[in-house]
Amino acid sequence: MALVEIRNVQKSFGALKVLHDVSLSIEEGEIVTIIGRSGSGKSTLLRCINALEEIDGGEILIEGQKVYGKMPNLKELRQRVGIVFQSFNLFPHLKVERNITLAPTLTGRASKKDARELALSCLAKVGLEEKVDSYPEQLSGGQQQRVAIARCLAMSPHLMLFDEVTSALDPELVGEVLKVMEDMARQGMTMVLVTHEMGFARDVATKIVFMHQGRVWEEGPPSELFANPKTPELRAFIGSTRQT
Amino acid sequence: MGNLNFRPLWRYQDAIIEGIVTTLWLTVIATLAGLVIGTICALVLRKGPKPVRYLIYTYIEIIRNTPPIIQIFIVFFVFPGFGVRLDPFPAASIALSLYFGAYASEIIRSGLDSIPRSQVEAGHCLGLSGPQVFFHVVLAPALRNIYPSITSQFVLVLLGTSIASQISTEELFHTAGFIDSRTFRSFEVYALVALIYVLLVTAFRLLFALIGKLAFRWPTRR
Repeated sequence: MALVEIRNVQKSFGALKVLHDVSLSIEEGEIVTIIGRSGSGKSTLLRCINALEEIDGGEILIEGQKVYGKMPNLKELRQRVGIVFQSFNLFPHLKVERNITLAPTLTGRASKKDARELALSCLAKVGLEEKVDSYPEQLSGGQQQRVAIARCLAMSPHLMLFDEVTSALDPELVGEVLKVMEDMARQGMTMVLVTHEMGFARDVATKIVFMHQGRVWEEGPPSELFANPKTPELRAFIGSTRQT
Repeated sequence: MGNLNFRPLWRYQDAIIEGIVTTLWLTVIATLAGLVIGTICALVLRKGPKPVRYLIYTYIEIIRNTPPIIQIFIVFFVFPGFGVRLDPFPAASIALSLYFGAYASEIIRSGLDSIPRSQVEAGHCLGLSGPQVFFHVVLAPALRNIYPSITSQFVLVLLGTSIASQISTEELFHTAGFIDSRTFRSFEVYALVALIYVLLVTAFRLLFALIGKLAFRWPTRR
């Protein structure tokens, strides 16, 4: 059974229908990259996977558990699904260490005693151990985003979602974040990302999903999709992003 | 101005000190009670049932759109008509608490509202419960935003206690009037009392600045 099963999902914001009948399944270990123009519903779909948006129809299952309707286990679910945001969303009043260990200690996954070690081991994965005692505002955007990734890793998630995590970064800082994500992919983390980094999509993803007008327009392995786009919409989209 | 003479005021130093103490008590009571009122109102305004919210809006608007002296008069002169007879000090305390509370609730509410939704979302996404998100994610940054406005409101209330003299609460300004009527040294009396208010307010401002520096150490975006 797939790790994430998305079936016929519908979502509207008021009169605006954002997702029309979206279906997608994500296997363990897959790196799924969702591409498409802005307004095509990519971010909304990602947020629905984490129940940040409530779906209006269809169903989403993560490891067989419902992500719609009544969710008595929502907190446990979210501990298994990490999400990294475009704007980092680190907690400004907490040092890097506490940013990382807040959730593990509050949810009983780690004791206060082991907290620092946990923080350091997660920071090691993103190459920022020396920043353990800094405040978020003392870090560059790229460093903040890596800390945000480390904060997710501290919960040992089964699945990680990335919502345009490099879009708010200065161009020279994008690489360090992408490298961390590549490392994670190599270690077998299941990842779903919305991105405009076509190079990353091509080289790291195991599956590309092209969304258009709230629908999954095309999906497939990157080699196939980029070499032979079947629809004129995808062809146009690839053409428009060629320079990156 | 050639014959300034502060000497006749000396014998009233005990009265002046008592006046200062009463002024400070009024301020502290109004601030603490006002903070409790303000916090409750702010939380209810955010999450409470509609009828209660309208009730609170009415309270806030009445207080913010009437002179505080009328509020004190109403508590002191009108409440007895409903069987609530109060001495000047408790009457002034209640009126000033309600006054502070109305402003505090707006300050606290906007302070809580100033925390971006994305912070709350990030907390929930890490598997934290609603109360955990409030206490560990929202509260400290919100307090930092609230703190400067609350401290300047504290100063306004400290200065505002002077109107409690109008219902014969024996605070600093009332004492000044009393000494003036005994010594006929109006200029000296009011100059001295003004100076005392300045010193009190300055001392509190310095204290608050120090507390703020110690409590809110994390760097913010410039």
